[in-house]
Amino acid sequence: MHALQVNNISVTYEKQPVLEGVQFNIPEGTLTGIIGPNGAGKSTLIKAILHLIPRLSGEVTVYGKPYKQQRKLIGYVPQRSEVDWDFPTNALDVVLMGRYGHIGMFKRPNKKEVQFAYECLEKVGMKAFANRQISQLSGGQQQRVFLARALAQDAQIYFMDEPFAGVDAATEKAIMKLLQEWKEQGKTVLVVHHDLQTVRDYFDNCLLLNKKPIECGPTEKVFTLNNLEKTYGGAISFLGNSPMLVQKG
Amino acid sequence: MENLLYLLSNANTQWVLMGSLILGFASGVIGSFVLLKKQSLIGDAMAHATLPGVCLAFLVIGEKSTPIFLIGAAVTGLISTYLIQAIVKHSRIKTDAAIGVVLSVSFGLGIVLLTYITQNTSGDKSGIDEFIFGQAASMVRSDIQVIAVGSVVILLVSTLFFKELKVSIFDPLYAKGIGLPVNLLNGVLMALVVGIVVVGIQMVGVVLIAALLITPPLAARYWTDQLGRMSFLAGIIGALSGVFGTLISTIGNGLPTGPLIVLCASVIFLISLLLGTRKGLITKVVRHA
Repeated sequence: MHALQVNNISVTYEKQPVLEGVQFNIPEGTLTGIIGPNGAGKSTLIKAILHLIPRLSGEVTVYGKPYKQQRKLIGYVPQRSEVDWDFPTNALDVVLMGRYGHIGMFKRPNKKEVQFAYECLEKVGMKAFANRQISQLSGGQQQRVFLARALAQDAQIYFMDEPFAGVDAATEKAIMKLLQEWKEQGKTVLVVHHDLQTVRDYFDNCLLLNKKPIECGPTEKVFTLNNLEKTYGGAISFLGNSPMLVQKG
Repeated sequence: MENLLYLLSNANTQWVLMGSLILGFASGVIGSFVLLKKQSLIGDAMAHATLPGVCLAFLVIGEKSTPIFLIGAAVTGLISTYLIQAIVKHSRIKTDAAIGVVLSVSFGLGIVLLTYITQNTSGDKSGIDEFIFGQAASMVRSDIQVIAVGSVVILLVSTLFFKELKVSIFDPLYAKGIGLPVNLLNGVLMALVVGIVVVGIQMVGVVLIAALLITPPLAARYWTDQLGRMSFLAGIIGALSGVFGTLISTIGNGLPTGPLIVLCASVIFLISLLLGTRKGLITKVVRHA
């Protein structure tokens, strides 16, 4: 059963093509790394799949049904840099936002929802910071709050946009632990990822992308020097077992 | 002092004070959302753009009528926000410049129309030039009723949408991702701003009504890190400014109300800037000492 089927997504920005005919399937219960150079359209792809930006074309199917019918199954962790961390709110409140889709319009979160939000914070080791103003959290802590919010959403498929960017080692470990847990629960996760050296350790599935999908499939099959050269335009070499980006020229 | 007591026992003064209190509260609450959405200046442009609407309404019906004036104000106010968005979308002009252009053109048009009306038309035009700076003393009971009903409706809508507005301002992409109608919510917020501006211009004036949206939440931000408390506190600060400004204006025999309300709000802002428990300047120095 495919958790996610993406069919022929194209996106243009100011008449320049950003994504062209992107097409792939993701099996249920996999951790997929979305890999590609800067400007390959990785974040754009996630936003297009989630219907957050206009598409020129393309269909998204979730567990065999159109995306719009399945929205409740989808969780999204945006890039940390996309929100205003000076906003007057605390960690608990941000996590509660993960419940808004379940609570429905016009209603306030009840005690049960608040309790659940605390549990989500505890799972990412942030319970002690529940009442902390969000601007007073470190980058890693902010990312964990986002993670707790995703947990609170209780989704089946998660999309994460560079969750490892600018976080400390402890947070990176916490994120990976959570991703493994999700995988064991049969959830499906797609992660925009930058660090080529950790791809093999972190993801069992890969989507190599550079405006068009280069390859998509199990990491051991897809994550090869040949494919990476196609994705990055030749500026790649392997050092032992892990690939390295090499500056051209 | 006797003068003040006499004024306070006057039924009309009581009505006007009540009106300024409710208006100040509502604009403080709405202003908190507008400030965080970084749209304060759009509110300012919209406020200036209501003046031609009021004048055109007068020219069409030929007499003073508050409800018709407010309809005219709402129409040109909405047109101005639409224009700002259209300019940004279809040209290379950035938001700040678009706001500047729309604000000055519409206010210029308003002043031309106003001058034309005062010099060339017959009929009762008393009070129409008071839309520029606001004049609480010239307001009658029915004017206050418009303010009160409008403000209460605006408060109810913002309370109803509180959680949705919060998430769509803090993290619009995420809000869209969980299926919230973010564009509609932006529209609701814009409608609330138009509502406040329109019911408030008679008392505060088109030039300064935006300050009543901006200053109270700015002051409130220095006292709390919670949006709920911030908007409530901004409401209180707005209400206090409204009441004191109106009072001084009434005592001062024709001093314009709007500037006095704004000055009161600015005093509270200065105190907050210095002494606020969250990042107040003096507070910071004392804590680090």
